[in-house]
Amino acid sequence: MATTITKPETLVGKRIRRKEDPRLITGTATYVDDIQMPGMHHACIVRSPHAAARIKGIHVKAALELPGVTAVFTGADTKDVGPVPCGASLPGLRVPHHHILAVDRVYFVGHPVAVVVATDRYIARDAADRIEVDYEVLPAVADPEKAIAAGAPAVHPEWPDNVAFHFHQEGGEVDKAFAEAEVVVKERITSQRLIPTSIETRGVVADWNTGDKSLTIYSSSQIPHLLRTLLAMMLGLPEHHTRVVVPEVGGGFGSKLNVYAEEALMGFVAMKIGKPVKWIESRRENYLCTIHGRGHVDYFELAARKDGTMVGLKLKLIQDLGAYHQLLTPAIPTLSVLMMPGLYRFKNIRADIAGVFTNCVPTDAYRGAGRPEATHGIERMVDILAAELKMDPAEIRLKNFIQPEEFPFSTGTGLIYDSGNYDLPLKKAMEIVDYKGLRKQQNDSRKQGRLMGVGISSYGEICAFGPSPATPAGGWECATVRVDPQGKVTVGTGASPHGQGEETTFAQIAADELGVDLDDVLVVHGDTAVVPYGIGTFGSRGTAVGGPALYYALQKLKEKITKFGAMLLDSESVSYSGGCCTCSKTGKSVTLGEIAGASYRAMKLPEGEAPGLEATYFWEPPNFTFPFGAHVAVTEIDRETGKVKVARYVAVDDCGRIVNPLLVDGQVHGGVAQGLGQALYEQAVYDDSGQLLSGELTDYAIPKATMMPWIESHHTETPSPVNPLGVKGVGEAGTIGCSPALVNSVVDALSPLGVRHIDMPLTPEKIWNLLQGGQQ
Amino acid sequence: MIAENFDYSAPNTVEEALQLIAKGGKVLAGGMSLVPLMKLRLAAPEHLVDLGRVAALNGITEDKGSIVIGSMTTHHQLESSALLRASCPLLAETASLIGDVQVRNMGTIGGSVAHADPAADYPAALLALEAKVRLVKSSGDRTLAFSDFLIDSFTTALEEGELVREVVVPVETAGTGVSYQKMLQPASGFAIVGVAARIRKTAGKISFARIGVTGLSSCAFRAAAVEKLLEGTSGSEEEIGKAAAVVADGVDANSDIHASSNYRSQMARVYTARAIQAAVSRAA
Repeated sequence: MATTITKPETLVGKRIRRKEDPRLITGTATYVDDIQMPGMHHACIVRSPHAAARIKGIHVKAALELPGVTAVFTGADTKDVGPVPCGASLPGLRVPHHHILAVDRVYFVGHPVAVVVATDRYIARDAADRIEVDYEVLPAVADPEKAIAAGAPAVHPEWPDNVAFHFHQEGGEVDKAFAEAEVVVKERITSQRLIPTSIETRGVVADWNTGDKSLTIYSSSQIPHLLRTLLAMMLGLPEHHTRVVVPEVGGGFGSKLNVYAEEALMGFVAMKIGKPVKWIESRRENYLCTIHGRGHVDYFELAARKDGTMVGLKLKLIQDLGAYHQLLTPAIPTLSVLMMPGLYRFKNIRADIAGVFTNCVPTDAYRGAGRPEATHGIERMVDILAAELKMDPAEIRLKNFIQPEEFPFSTGTGLIYDSGNYDLPLKKAMEIVDYKGLRKQQNDSRKQGRLMGVGISSYGEICAFGPSPATPAGGWECATVRVDPQGKVTVGTGASPHGQGEETTFAQIAADELGVDLDDVLVVHGDTAVVPYGIGTFGSRGTAVGGPALYYALQKLKEKITKFGAMLLDSESVSYSGGCCTCSKTGKSVTLGEIAGASYRAMKLPEGEAPGLEATYFWEPPNFTFPFGAHVAVTEIDRETGKVKVARYVAVDDCGRIVNPLLVDGQVHGGVAQGLGQALYEQAVYDDSGQLLSGELTDYAIPKATMMPWIESHHTETPSPVNPLGVKGVGEAGTIGCSPALVNSVVDALSPLGVRHIDMPLTPEKIWNLLQGGQQ
Repeated sequence: MIAENFDYSAPNTVEEALQLIAKGGKVLAGGMSLVPLMKLRLAAPEHLVDLGRVAALNGITEDKGSIVIGSMTTHHQLESSALLRASCPLLAETASLIGDVQVRNMGTIGGSVAHADPAADYPAALLALEAKVRLVKSSGDRTLAFSDFLIDSFTTALEEGELVREVVVPVETAGTGVSYQKMLQPASGFAIVGVAARIRKTAGKISFARIGVTGLSSCAFRAAAVEKLLEGTSGSEEEIGKAAAVVADGVDANSDIHASSNYRSQMARVYTARAIQAAVSRAA
């Protein structure tokens, strides 16, 4: 019997370097494209060069004649495969049948038309170039406002108005609020289409075992289990003979929270040829065919009293859906509506969404998914109101924030905000930047003719998706904790982390609860044959939903450990702590390793207990969590060029209890980079005929390290009452908080010229035009 | 990269290289433009002749008042060359602003000038430097002024079977102030406009001005009108502004999703003024 070891400190809350990093930075991680299999074939997909066209004929003979080509399949071959699924349901939603290969018509540039399968990737590509498709080119529409104008070409001929759905939501007494308001400000605010741009593009390897009729799909995905369920459905396979393995994922940001045509197509091909097949998406395909994000045109009206009290908000939201619904396409703008009141107390809201088809690749979840658009809208409108009332933008926010004693707070959109103290991060940010000093400096610089701006964004977001009734496919998460006979711990999580670092944060949580070292815990995920069913990682839910599932599995396991400990110590008065069960009377203890060994050897069992040390817990969250924060950006405009210089960037984020501050900082930095990308650089540009002009990294500007300001990242910690860890989620916070802070800052800089709004991205040319007194 | 099939040769000497390109081989000189085109199958050369192993084409040497730069010298070699930084700082500064580190480690000056991308950086500097280009062919060498070598967008005076052997720039005259100023396209790093300036002053007046402009139009050019307006002035802010204001006059400015022709023309004026200003401040 060992003596009691007391661990002096806990791991949760510590800046701990990631356990996953050694393999990632030494090139020993396995991504989809690293997978090699005996007899593996390679696929190349022929895609439409037109945004709208009828397919008159497909000539595949020349491709099939090329040595090394095994097969060519077209829409005629695959039309019985189930459609690419839309998981979102809205009243009256029009859902076009989304074949995995186009059948007689193409709807966007990049629409898959045929697949070539060959013994190597080069032959497959050469053969694809030999396939000739006769198209009858049809008129296309790429802009959502043009698509709903009279006389626009119909994206889907069966719905000539191009409207997939209308959605209305209302809370409080909107008409009364607006009738009684002393001031109403209105603005058209867009959130442009963005391309998610993960460094690793998508990729699939499919392996069909003809003997036991089972399919294994390796895919770069955020949702292995949902993918398994839906692929089995599409391909008509029993789910227990379908396995999805998600190896290392080089970035998802929501773009891999989906089920794509190519995933089912590779399964189809592998089953047809009886050989493994690999498809790796090129960057060109990634830009053309993987979902885009945002794509909003929003018309806001904000009503207020003269003292700055906001009383009501109206929104007409035009969502560019693209040509089809991908997994969550129509649901994304509804998230914007949920978060449209931001952090403010008023409850009179009205929103009308028009979901509009265009001849473009579908939009869907991209980091923030609906909340950046909502936050950008409300935070811009608050600034516009402050300017109208000649109030300070910080003051007007502080005046309207929901106060700490009002939580849980029911919003006009039907949510219940869990906890918050919204003054804290804003006041902290103001103190860090010396807000008063900055305003004085701004006044002085204006006198010298300089254009300096200070922009505030007080953002709130909705995380930890979510209570199952509020989600399309279940919002719970699952964890299994297994202690092996050596006493080492393996955690299996149904969440599928892909860069967020849960192999580390979950190990911290498990190590603390079990009183073992961090290195004694291994976190596994991403293989449906290895871990129990889970929902996945998206919507800042990994730690906020997967974490509590793990916590409860650990409590369950600790009960069993304690029973074994009591049996081994032959005592009723034992407790488990610091990796040992200790008898309070004798002081004797047994280690976790000794208990584990005894549990598997099973010479004797506690009454009513089975052998082994393992526990599984499925946790259903009672509510979402609602992180918040304040970002402040200081900018200066180059008068001659219109270029924006970000002089200072302060982020104060409250994501509840922090498990690992190092990883939280990383999430904030990455999030801010993507928010800054939207604010200053990024834009998916389609021309009128539906051709993507920003189709390569040479034309689509994601921010590089040298284009980033120094991010001063700070925190406040307001625990969530929703889960026992008090965590809220931080994956999307930086992105949501950033773009309004930057745009508010630039508008503030230009306000002496009468500018009150600029649409993103804030290109130098747009600003230069405004400086010349023209239109953006 | 899933390019079309091609043969690949990596000769060690200029002679071998010339024989291969005489037979229709396409020169690979760093590949920073050609390889992306091949990746997209917008270019499909049947035979690539990689000049990377031709030692005679690599290096920076001084020769009787000139600096001779082998065509396969990388941008990184140019930016970090002590000789070039001391003797022709304009070209070193220009090289340092090309693309990113990876591009500068692979891309070469010969590859860049032969490709003649209208938004490339070197042409502005090479025009301002009145550089020469030595070309080689099995039938012999010839030397052209860079201004004669560069014809238009992606078009040069290179003939079939001919290679760029060297780029020759003058050893900068003491007291000359130089600068390359560039507004970069944030996605690609190419120049929306780039302006190179060389300025010399005599008795307080600008006695020599050479201005090269890239990115503005289909072909980089020497801004002779700007130079003329500058010469004889004291180089005050106002005089520089006046001179820079004419840089886009009569120029058919490019327009794309990154900058309209109007904005590009305006930025040409701004960056011309900035390049001149910086050069004047560095002139003795």
